[in-house]
Amino acid sequence: MSDPILTLKNVYTDIAQYHILQGVDLEVPRGEVTMLLGRNGVGKTTTLKTIMGQWTAKSGEILYNGQEMKRLPVSARARAGIGFVPEDMGIFSDLTVEENMLLGASSGPLDPKRKEWLLGAFPALGTFWNSEAGNLSGGQKQMLSIARAMAEDRELYLIDEPTKGLAPAIIATMANALRELKAQGRSILLVEQNFSVARALGDSAVVMDDGSVIWTGAMAELAENKDLQENLMGLSMEAH
Amino acid sequence: MSAAPDHRPTFADVSLAERLDKAMPFLLIPILVVLGFFAIGAPSSWLTLTVSGLAMGMMIFIMASGLTLVFGLMDVINFGHGAFVSVGAFVGVSVLIAFGDWTGATSLLLNMSAVFLAVVAAMTVTGALGWVFERVIVKPVYGAHLKQILVTVGGLIVIEQLIHVIWGPDEIFINRPEMLKGAITFAGAAMEKYRLLAVGVGAVLFIVMRMILRRTKIGLIVRAGVENGPMVEALGYRLRMVFVGVFIAGSALAGLGGVMWGLYQEVITAGMGERMMVLVFIVAIIGGLGSVEGAFIGALLVGLLQNYVAFLEPKLALVSNIALMTAILMWRPQGMLPVVKAK
Repeated sequence: MSDPILTLKNVYTDIAQYHILQGVDLEVPRGEVTMLLGRNGVGKTTTLKTIMGQWTAKSGEILYNGQEMKRLPVSARARAGIGFVPEDMGIFSDLTVEENMLLGASSGPLDPKRKEWLLGAFPALGTFWNSEAGNLSGGQKQMLSIARAMAEDRELYLIDEPTKGLAPAIIATMANALRELKAQGRSILLVEQNFSVARALGDSAVVMDDGSVIWTGAMAELAENKDLQENLMGLSMEAH
Repeated sequence: MSAAPDHRPTFADVSLAERLDKAMPFLLIPILVVLGFFAIGAPSSWLTLTVSGLAMGMMIFIMASGLTLVFGLMDVINFGHGAFVSVGAFVGVSVLIAFGDWTGATSLLLNMSAVFLAVVAAMTVTGALGWVFERVIVKPVYGAHLKQILVTVGGLIVIEQLIHVIWGPDEIFINRPEMLKGAITFAGAAMEKYRLLAVGVGAVLFIVMRMILRRTKIGLIVRAGVENGPMVEALGYRLRMVFVGVFIAGSALAGLGGVMWGLYQEVITAGMGERMMVLVFIVAIIGGLGSVEGAFIGALLVGLLQNYVAFLEPKLALVSNIALMTAILMWRPQGMLPVVKAK
């Protein structure tokens, strides 16, 4: 396993009176796609939001490139090189697709070459470039959310269920874009329920249950072992 | 896994009814102006009242624009906003009195220079005061509306009392600069010079604000922050800094509004900002919380309606704006051009 870009050590997060994360330990190897798996409600989204700083970790360590960042505000974590695609996509509905993309490039103007690459990966965004983002379909919004996170080169991407509710063709577009990102040496921590996407993209997998990590290993090992899948997640991933 | 097929969507024709529904808030002003023309009958009176209404509306807009952005961006209800109007008026008038020779001269250049200095001083002081107000009073109560109301009303009272301490308890009567006194006549209608100036200042300010919000990165961040602040931060922007900047700018604009309103009324009091807050809140609510365009339309509607009704049926003038707010909220419960949903 290569040098981890992100390490969580014994992270606890409470939301109101609920203990959501109860000692999460995980590593995201540099330049790899790490799948964060588990049943609904086990703390996957909270893990991403805790890494991003939208929820505050009560205790534990969050090391990004070896630096503790638990006390950093959300914006500082983003500027340190973390891109975030939340489950609800976080699209600015009243702004155009172009304006959403411009905001994605937080440290300067949108690089023309990067824009060209992104519009090549997500052609629908070019079609609706000047339209209000609120008028896009669910799939197009999801594409915009991912493209916006990629509008600036970042080292690590936290992506929460990008294929939820999408048609297979759009899922394929999305997967291709993530594959390209990985080919550029970027690291991805991806929450994903779609088994074929998880198997196609994932290098390693982290399985959570009841707010903590219960298994870590190679994605291929998990994908091939139905008994392990049923033990860890209550059912075979093929059933998804 | 294959790539998604390229698709070439066709765009549906938007029906006239849909276009009208979207444009209706913008059409309300010309509709009201035309209705006013037929209701008043005499073109000269109508023209005078329209200019007066537009001037009043522009000044209300200047005061309301900062408030609506602050509400939209950080969900802060600032009842202390009126204090900046009062402080701006007192600082501005103090400068005008100090430059009495300039305001008394029959030179437009000297007159406008004095007004310019008064505006700069008022905006600087209220901007700085806004910064202190945000740090000391507003910052500790983010996310708590009831506390915001209580503590900002408290701040308003303290600042009003400080005005009494510094400038005394009495109202101050002021004269407009010489060249801004009187009226010009056009098509038989008398239009006060100062009201025309107010219309011009308000229109320029609206255009500048719109350009900043629509054409600049900081404007983009503000608009996005009004809609989804946490996501703006997750993209790497320090929204807190942006908010402080907007709060300072909003306070400075309230100060500008105070100077202009003071010269309009030709008398200033410590409570003048507090009294204006009723109209300012009506404008922010009917315009749609967080919307500068909505506040602009709302302010002009309020100004025009109040002037027309005061001429046609003076007893109804006071209730006309409440009636307008009720009608608009029945039509569009979130206001005309809402950016954030009212909770």
